[in-house]
Amino acid sequence: MREIIEIATEDALPTAPDVFTIQGIPTHKKPSATTVQLFTETKKIFTACVQCAGITADIAIAAFDSVYAGEGMNEVATPLDGIFRKADNLALFAVTVGAAVSQKIDYLFKTHEYALAGMLDAFASAGAEKVADCVQDHYRQRLIRENVAAEKTVVLRYSPGYCGWHMSGQKKLFDYLEPGEIGITLLDSFLMKPLKSISGVFVAGSKDIHVFKDDFPICSECQTHSCRSRIQDIQKKRA
Amino acid sequence: MDMLKEISQHLQGGSKEKVADMTRRALAANIPPKEILDRGLIDGMNVIGEKYKAHEIFLPDVLLAAKAMYAGMDVLRPLFIKEGMPSLGTVVIGTVQGDLHDIGKNLVGIMLKGAGFEVIDLGNDVAPEAFVETAKREHASVIGMSALLTTTMPAMKRVIECVQKEGLNGRIKTIVGGAPVSEEYAREIGADAYGYDSTHAVECVKKLMTDIS
Repeated sequence: MREIIEIATEDALPTAPDVFTIQGIPTHKKPSATTVQLFTETKKIFTACVQCAGITADIAIAAFDSVYAGEGMNEVATPLDGIFRKADNLALFAVTVGAAVSQKIDYLFKTHEYALAGMLDAFASAGAEKVADCVQDHYRQRLIRENVAAEKTVVLRYSPGYCGWHMSGQKKLFDYLEPGEIGITLLDSFLMKPLKSISGVFVAGSKDIHVFKDDFPICSECQTHSCRSRIQDIQKKRA
Repeated sequence: MDMLKEISQHLQGGSKEKVADMTRRALAANIPPKEILDRGLIDGMNVIGEKYKAHEIFLPDVLLAAKAMYAGMDVLRPLFIKEGMPSLGTVVIGTVQGDLHDIGKNLVGIMLKGAGFEVIDLGNDVAPEAFVETAKREHASVIGMSALLTTTMPAMKRVIECVQKEGLNGRIKTIVGGAPVSEEYAREIGADAYGYDSTHAVECVKKLMTDIS
């Protein structure tokens, strides 16, 4: 099944801590009053120009194996390689907050509104993640509704460019998903346009399939180890 | 309070109107423009850079201060028409070919200008030849390259090769930065410096300028 999903603007609005974290403000630090004021102003700008959209396409494990292999540039050992083969269901996805947001960021920089531009850039990045969350939840609910997945099924997303799945994997992903329909295109450098877009694969299955140790060779180069918090979230649900 | 100190403090508070107003008042009080620039505006940005480095303030505060600095520079600029705006040197910056991410590069540009450099920002998706041609034409001493993707990082190497091919590697220094870039990678491709963030990039560029002179 291939589906275009409409996302309401209010569902794409990130929280202030999400945006501040992207701007390098630690959660335990109180942002300045002007920063909070900037956030409020940015929220209005984002709301006025955001054009959220999402698309998913179910894909069988064997077919995804070929998409995942991409241009043959993945790391030899990756977490996803072990995870997707144990999945109950897979779907490719792409989401965007639209081109107008990027244009507005450029405009703000050009007119020397640096702080607003920087805040909007962070807001849009966090907003794209929110859109991806919505589409991911929509996919999970559909699986449950269609009795394909149980209530306890966990869906997590994985994207090219992370955890050893090479950026060039975008090419086959785009060939299969065809997200041009919602305005997302791929450049020769495998970069998506609009810039504030996310693509990847939704992996649905039991909680256990998503749990792995961050001791792959590629993990030593990772600066965030953000996989740990995702896995912790799953384990909290287990408790 | 000393007028220049006041300019510096208003700048640190991100108040562009007050900075512009105080700059005008300092000029009316016959303080030389160069002194206003160095001891007022650049001094304020230096404090901002230090506070940012120490995590006392964060990106939005830095960017507000930068805008305030430009408000002051706009007042001073007409007074430097003859000899041009005083500058520590010219730096050509851009996001390399194939890459459209430019927030990090923009921030480096803002911090470099704040430190007193002339910055020529070529934008994003910049061809290697464009970096080198612009640096030659504008007599720039440093080329700064940014990349956010592992797939576009190799374009940095092509720029450096282009500099070497033209025999300019003694005269034009190169600095690289961006999330996937590391000091090791910078060394591997023959870059003269690696800036891990915007304030560090400014320090590196200052050092490169010393190396040239």
